[in-house]
Amino acid sequence: MRTLLRLLRGAFEPFERLAYRLFGGESPFHHLGALTIYLFWVVLASGLYVFAFYETSVAGAYASVERLTHEQWYLGGVMRSLHRYASDAAVLTLGLHILRELSRDHHRGPRWFSWLTGVPNLWMVYMLGITGYWMVWDELAQYVAVATAELLDRLPIFTDPMARNFLTEGSLSDRFFTLLAFLHLLGLPLILVGTIWLHIQRISRPRIHPPRRLAAGTLLALLALALVQPATSHGPADLTREPQVLHLDWFYLPVYPLYDVLGASVVWGLLWGGTLLLCALPWLPRRPRVPVAEVDPAWCNGCRRCFSDCPYGAIDMAPHPDKRGKEISVVDPALCLSCGICEGACPSATPFRSVRELVSGIELPQYPVQVLRERARDAARRLRGPVRIVVFGCGHAADPASLARADTAAVPLECAAMLPPSLVEYLIRREGVDGVVIAGCRAEDCEYRLGTRWVEERIAGAREPHLRRNVPRERVALCWAGTDAALLRRCVEDFRARLARAAGAGDDDVPPAAAAGGGGGA
Amino acid sequence: MPERGRAWRAAGRALAYALFAAFVGFFAVRPAWTHLGPGEAVVKVSIVHRGKPLGECRERSEEELARLPPNMRIKTVCPRERSPLELEVWLDGRLLHREVKAPSGLHHDGPSYIYHRFVVPAGEHVLRVRLRDSVRAAGYPYDRSERVRLDPGRALAVDFDPAEGIRFR
Repeated sequence: MRTLLRLLRGAFEPFERLAYRLFGGESPFHHLGALTIYLFWVVLASGLYVFAFYETSVAGAYASVERLTHEQWYLGGVMRSLHRYASDAAVLTLGLHILRELSRDHHRGPRWFSWLTGVPNLWMVYMLGITGYWMVWDELAQYVAVATAELLDRLPIFTDPMARNFLTEGSLSDRFFTLLAFLHLLGLPLILVGTIWLHIQRISRPRIHPPRRLAAGTLLALLALALVQPATSHGPADLTREPQVLHLDWFYLPVYPLYDVLGASVVWGLLWGGTLLLCALPWLPRRPRVPVAEVDPAWCNGCRRCFSDCPYGAIDMAPHPDKRGKEISVVDPALCLSCGICEGACPSATPFRSVRELVSGIELPQYPVQVLRERARDAARRLRGPVRIVVFGCGHAADPASLARADTAAVPLECAAMLPPSLVEYLIRREGVDGVVIAGCRAEDCEYRLGTRWVEERIAGAREPHLRRNVPRERVALCWAGTDAALLRRCVEDFRARLARAAGAGDDDVPPAAAAGGGGGA
Repeated sequence: MPERGRAWRAAGRALAYALFAAFVGFFAVRPAWTHLGPGEAVVKVSIVHRGKPLGECRERSEEELARLPPNMRIKTVCPRERSPLELEVWLDGRLLHREVKAPSGLHHDGPSYIYHRFVVPAGEHVLRVRLRDSVRAAGYPYDRSERVRLDPGRALAVDFDPAEGIRFR
């Protein structure tokens, strides 16, 4: 299983690198879920326009869609095409979203809930698409309707075969199209909104809107496609004839050729088997849990910073057991992903504290702030050379250990946001390092969703705990290079060159330390 | 140089959007799927019919009737369970399909439902459909044989009406 997932991730990687170079943090790969939701809104808006001209009757359905397509091609036709292509694009982004999350092992542990609640979305999207194709009532609709009815008849749901409704022209009534319109326009979309809501329940600050430029670019691309290749119908449905050659929508309708070739039992077996497999994936195979964040009541003052920063809502606040009127953070082990972002957010994690044993109010037992300080301090003290740099590297991005040399030290982190900003100050002011690099996942693509964003805001002084103003920002660089080791190396070398130039020219001439790899400047 | 880099990136983004649209546009309608070959037609058989009672009806004796509450004293009683339907479809003297379908319902007292779609070569054929709805009678009380012309792509519906018998439509 792990090998399969590694191969899958490897397949994504070249495309992701290319997209990151072109789009930076707005790479479509970083916003697949939000893009799918956005496309759903495009589908809804264009669908409402199309429905305004749609007739819910056997005789009127096809004719009304044809009129809209040809007599009003400049708006109605474009809206119809946009409706279809945005739906297709949504299947594409949804499929990529599922595969990408799977390849990154984002279906396991506390993330199981989001994964599992995503499965019904898949069914809803397909049911919406298929009922949409029925509404046109052309040959393709007839093919899809009859095959769907035959497939459903294989299930022990209806006693009277549903396929009988499509036996002869007289067997179909206008009420069928009213039912379809209700399902396609109201019933299924409402259920889909509900399942999407459920899907994002266990994450804080869910990203449901893609960046504006990405949204605009996607819409323009689909509009251009609508103009170049307008969506058209097949011939009208005729139940005395069987559709022969069909221009199938392979995003929504691949199940029907499968049914033609393999029959209903195999198709249902594949659909139910696939669904069960998707549902079971979070536990296939079961893996031991990593220890979750622990709160030390003696050092927790209820400042709520970890509560605010946790990307998974795993921290709640409760009355402090020892300090009257104060609160204490409480970690829900079922939700905690052991990212350490809370450790970086805790004000008691400052390395300047002169206690024998540095204990933070909240920290990872496997990587407490005391160990982090010792590693960073030891690494800094070993540095030799004119420009001495400490690189903190997120464990899910390129390994900074490959950069280690006499003047460069690497300190691993679970997430870039695990680093308390005060440790940066500590290294520069107390240990005399020339620069600190914080390296992590690609911008807007943090393994733990919000880590890179919190680091940027903390270093910029826009979020607590912030890097104090007396630390020169040009001596800190953020490198959001993701797994691209070459990009990380380039980022660090550029930073070193800037620091060297600044050292030669005097501190006043130091240019702002811009982050490489699409990251923000510090 | 940075200006040039920006221009290249913009061109790359435009190309990425174009490829995305091309991918969506291509698989939205291609490749075409041949559901039914050029020399083929379809026969759909759909029958909904309640079979005859499984056993004989009988008359209750006076003693039996006397034991029943007054409102339930019906003289003739029939078994509730129905006969299964036996269907045979023949094409040009060759048996295409044979099926025995049990009645629906927990007590097997509902109609039997049959639906089948057959792909057959287009052209002239002798189509024979026969149906038996009682286990107590020999032979097939409903039997229809007809020469039919099935043009390519034609979908011939075969259904059943108790008054008219088997219908080709």
